[in-house]
Amino acid sequence: MARIPIAEGLFTSMSDDARLIGGRCTACEIVTFPIQGSCPRCPSTDMTEHPLPRHGRLWAWTTQEFPPPSPPYLGPKGDAFVPYGVGYVQLGDDVRIETRITTAEGLKIGMEMELVLVPSWTDKDGNEVIAFAFRPVV
Amino acid sequence: MGAIAIRKALADAGVEWRDIQFGFAGSYEIDNPDAVVALMGLTGIPFTNVYNGCATAGSVLALAADAIRLGDYDLGIAVGMDKHLPGAFSADPRLYACPSWYGELGQFLTPKFFGMKINKYMHDHGITSPTLARVVAKNLRNGALNPNAFRRKPLAEEEILGSRMLNYPLTQYMFCSPDEGAAAVIVCRADRAHRYTDKPIYLRASAVRTRRLGAFEVHSPWLPIEETVGPTVDASRAAFEKAGIGPEDVDVIQLQDTDAGAEVIHLAENGFCADGDQEKLVADGELEIGGRLPVNTDGGLIANGEPIGASGLRQIHEVVLQLRGQAGDRQVPGDPKVGYTQLYGAPGVAGVSILSL
Repeated sequence: MARIPIAEGLFTSMSDDARLIGGRCTACEIVTFPIQGSCPRCPSTDMTEHPLPRHGRLWAWTTQEFPPPSPPYLGPKGDAFVPYGVGYVQLGDDVRIETRITTAEGLKIGMEMELVLVPSWTDKDGNEVIAFAFRPVV
Repeated sequence: MGAIAIRKALADAGVEWRDIQFGFAGSYEIDNPDAVVALMGLTGIPFTNVYNGCATAGSVLALAADAIRLGDYDLGIAVGMDKHLPGAFSADPRLYACPSWYGELGQFLTPKFFGMKINKYMHDHGITSPTLARVVAKNLRNGALNPNAFRRKPLAEEEILGSRMLNYPLTQYMFCSPDEGAAAVIVCRADRAHRYTDKPIYLRASAVRTRRLGAFEVHSPWLPIEETVGPTVDASRAAFEKAGIGPEDVDVIQLQDTDAGAEVIHLAENGFCADGDQEKLVADGELEIGGRLPVNTDGGLIANGEPIGASGLRQIHEVVLQLRGQAGDRQVPGDPKVGYTQLYGAPGVAGVSILSL
């Protein structure tokens, strides 16, 4: 039984100071999340890893109050489902990323948010799957 | 249901299936909507299957019109059909160029996007939840007057606001539902239309546009800091330019109301009002059948559901009835002469058509 990340190359470590890994186009400098093989703005295929700030501001949000269709959703279903927030967090002047938010309550556009790694479910081999989310800074 | 729609369209135009020289057919669920020709008659015509997201039906009509404009044909058909399972649409996110974890975490959902988009829009432009409920109540009232509608039961604004919250601020009754539906449109050369009808409806313009970088779009794990307008704005401007008219010339409007918030946003994105004006326009009843800007006179998606392949042709059907003065209990008064339709949805695609007498 181990802690494993939900995907490789998504965050820099599994510790409290982990950062999300974006991609930056070496030609036009646009930042994407996650990193992708080519630039969505210019024709460049030269994208480099770009660790993102851990703090940002909430740009848009809603709540998810019903369990998403499964597949592809792998989280808790039925009575175990707990509503969550979803939003875009603006990370400095880099990028706005879509993320789950640790709570569905008290969300406001412009509030300060910080990255957290959260245990999400146990896979078929008994590993604890770790994903990312943002939480309001109070 | 596709065959039923085709037979009704043929009867309306006074033509036979053997007169049809080509067809375009739209569907999401049906791999091969061409199967409908086996129910109509295997005449060997070129028949092209189309899927283009939520703008499928708008694309079908645009392609059919272009086939006529190219001069290859005189008479053809655009048809759409679909039958969806209940609940939010679902797919493998990788098919939309999104990572698997985006779906595994419960973020690959269209209702959630619509919740975020209208929540931010309300914050930025002062729209309130009662306005969303009024839009739903209006569309259900219009649907009650439409014998073809999927939902024909009006609901009080309090019931709409008080129904289960799905994606804040959108409640269950503020969303349309996936369902089964079909629609068909016969197209012909404009200079021959009088052979078939004494009141032809002309397709003045059709435009399909996809998202540009910086648009706030569905299925986006990230957005750049730079912002631009959505594809609806681009398609709308292109269609008005082609038609040589402006929003002030339109008499009846069909907008994509995937949810009540989408209708509110699209009213501004298509140029019919400024951002924020919707609050007063809705309160004053200006979007009602007798109002200054009649929107979704057949009940829209909220009353008709969203059979993706058919949805935009259902809008065309409604505009044609309105312009001919055949819309019965839901007829827009004052002899409307220009109609407008708009589609928008995943994966960030919009289609606009403008029709006139």
